[in-house]
Amino acid sequence: MIDVTLTLNGTPRTVSVEPRETLSDLVRNRCDMTGTHVGCDHGACGACTVHLDGMPVRSCIVLAATCDGREVRTIEATRKDETFGVIRRHFHEKHALQCGFCTLGMLMMAADIIARHPTPSEDQIRNALSGQVCRCTGYMGIVAAIASAAEELRGA
Amino acid sequence: MKSANFEYLRPTSLPDALDAANDETTFLAGGQSLMAMLNLRVTSAETMIDLSRLSELRGVNETPDAVTLGALTTHAMIEDGAVPDPSGGLMPRIASKIAYRAVRNMGTIGGSLALADPAADWPCCLLALDATVLIEGATSREEAIEDFLQDAYTTTLEAGEIIRAIRIPRNTAPWGVYKVTRKSGAFADSLAICVLGDAPRIALTGTQSRAQRLRRAESALHGDLRAAILADLADADPDADAYKRRCHLATVLAAIKEAQS
Ligand SMILES: Cc1cc2nc3c(=O)[nH]c(=O)nc-3n(C[C@H](O)[C@H](O)[C@H](O)COP(=O)(O)OP(=O)(O)OC[C@H]3O[C@@H](n4cnc5c(N)ncnc54)[C@H](O)[C@@H]3O)c2cc1C
Ligand code: FES
Ligand code: FES
Repeated sequence: MIDVTLTLNGTPRTVSVEPRETLSDLVRNRCDMTGTHVGCDHGACGACTVHLDGMPVRSCIVLAATCDGREVRTIEATRKDETFGVIRRHFHEKHALQCGFCTLGMLMMAADIIARHPTPSEDQIRNALSGQVCRCTGYMGIVAAIASAAEELRGA
Repeated sequence: MKSANFEYLRPTSLPDALDAANDETTFLAGGQSLMAMLNLRVTSAETMIDLSRLSELRGVNETPDAVTLGALTTHAMIEDGAVPDPSGGLMPRIASKIAYRAVRNMGTIGGSLALADPAADWPCCLLALDATVLIEGATSREEAIEDFLQDAYTTTLEAGEIIRAIRIPRNTAPWGVYKVTRKSGAFADSLAICVLGDAPRIALTGTQSRAQRLRRAESALHGDLRAAILADLADADPDADAYKRRCHLATVLAAIKEAQS
């Protein structure tokens, strides 16, 4: 076992992991934060997206040990975040989720899209979401929700 | 699935990393290919040497003729222009179409070259730009990409050798790119890159073996181009089926057309 010291959702923690464990193992199995979902476990679906030092990454293909000294933010930390609050409301209003399995990844990506493109075109949104798989919604609602959330956040 | 277990080392200097390396060790850069392969158990590691803390593999060096990018430079840094672009826009364009943003935030140019996937973007792009690879091991060497890339997943890297940086000559010539993928972010079925200038360079990947120059096409830009490309393809991807051949022909013609327009 090795010790990984990182800031997880604003709290400094030291977590013991096996070297082979990934960041998704660390948050789900070692820290009981199961809001991060694992769909494929090999980087193909985007369900496990978290922010590492402020950037979205796929936690199933990031080695936990390499996160030593770094800052990780999962969906659990976004509950009281105002930007995420707005994005979540638009997801609700635009029917951007059904089963919810992909939703945390969509939200983590949505925040990054809006941060990088305050006025995202539909093309930009679709491009940025192209790696996030949703088996339920057909994506229309998700794209619409991100566009309208961006608009509201721009006005604010 | 989960990777089989391994030992983990995180050296903080290049000499320490080189000391620890041997033919039983595996280097980890961004992990965006390696971690997926480990989780799928198509590969395994005895001892993992994490390169992410080596400052020698980061940063940029600029000269009037070239820009040298550390091996740990990520696709996203190139996409965003967070590092200087020697290529006149070609590298940011290539970077922006590799995989997905979350993968580009971790994946590195050095990792992509070291892996030498026959459908990967960087080997083809760096070949078109006439880049060289700076390698550290028992000795240091600088090697042209064309010599470095040997075959699918095969380079001249010896066990324990590390790519430190990539030197890219400055390019001001017009360029064109065309990539065919099954879906956005997927590896290329065919990727062609054309860089014009005094000595035009055309590189193709998505072949069975490695990214390759199309030399007949390069010298036939104003002649019988289709015939030249088809002759090149017979060497570059001899086992290509009808779909692949058409695909390659189309990407090469489209890349040249964009460069010339
Ligand atoms: C869903 C998905 C889609 C993708 N699509 C594409 C695509 O369309 N096009 C594309 O080009 N790539 C694609 N990739 C691969 C991605 O670009 C990887 O980032 C890249 O191939 C490897 O870089 P890395 O830094 O992650 O290397 P790692 O995965 O850490 O390492 C890859 C290999 O290189 C070795 N290595 C790494 N760095 C060095 C070094 N400095 N010196 C010596 N050896 C080293 C490692 O030991 C390992 O064998 C995709 C990946 C995923 C997960
Ligand atoms: S679970 Fe990580 S990308 Fe699918
Ligand atoms: S809402 Fe079910 S997978 Fe997206």
